[in-house]
Amino acid sequence: MKMMMPCKEVTHLVSQGLDRRLGFGERVALRVHFAICGGCKNFDRQMKLLREAVRQLGEAEGSRETGPQRT
Amino acid sequence: MPPPPDFQAKLEGQRAYLMRYATLQLRDADRAEDCVQETLLAALAGEAGFGGRSDLRTWLTGILKHKIVDAIRRSSREPAVALEPEGDESDFDALFDPRGHWTEAPSAWERPDGALERSQFLAALEACLEQLPARTARAFMMREHMGLETEEICKELGITSTNCWVMLYRARMALRLCLEQTWK
Repeated sequence: MKMMMPCKEVTHLVSQGLDRRLGFGERVALRVHFAICGGCKNFDRQMKLLREAVRQLGEAEGSRETGPQRT
Repeated sequence: MPPPPDFQAKLEGQRAYLMRYATLQLRDADRAEDCVQETLLAALAGEAGFGGRSDLRTWLTGILKHKIVDAIRRSSREPAVALEPEGDESDFDALFDPRGHWTEAPSAWERPDGALERSQFLAALEACLEQLPARTARAFMMREHMGLETEEICKELGITSTNCWVMLYRARMALRLCLEQTWK
């Protein structure tokens, strides 16, 4: 039995997890992988941060142009 | 009754911002211009609907989003639109060794905290978005910014859901790589 899903496959699953509901087995496989792979765990966090940031794109732009500059 | 001139002037003052917003999503200056024009006209006609309740820019952006989705819908019905995703998944193979493990593991990004850091992160993100191929960027923005479901995007762009996932995967991988360089 394959002990661990390759990181490349993990990146596909993480991405699809943002677009469809993953199956139970897929979610477990990801959790197991994250527990031992820091790189993929970082990847997952990066994807979540990316999603959060893209949602804010319109709203926050205004504050960039007109907001006070911190020194 | 014609709208008061100061409202027109306020709308005009938002034009540059709206253009930037529309161009980022549509990747086409002419179409962005059309959307912004329609938005400003709709805003003029519907000033009563604004009524100063919310921020003018937020209100206009809300109208503009609908115009952008309409524009994407219209363009996806044009026969000239190619249906294949741009590039393919193997473009990112270099990131992994033959066993599928990272050759260079993703780093832990610092969470952008505070207004200044957040705006810096968003600026970096915007610059990275501009480097994506146009269709990939449009699909990505429909999904992540407008929050449309994947099925809806597939339908609008006339692609299969697998192609849609591939496009979104490519967008995320490319943005991540770009941000790894500009945001640590």
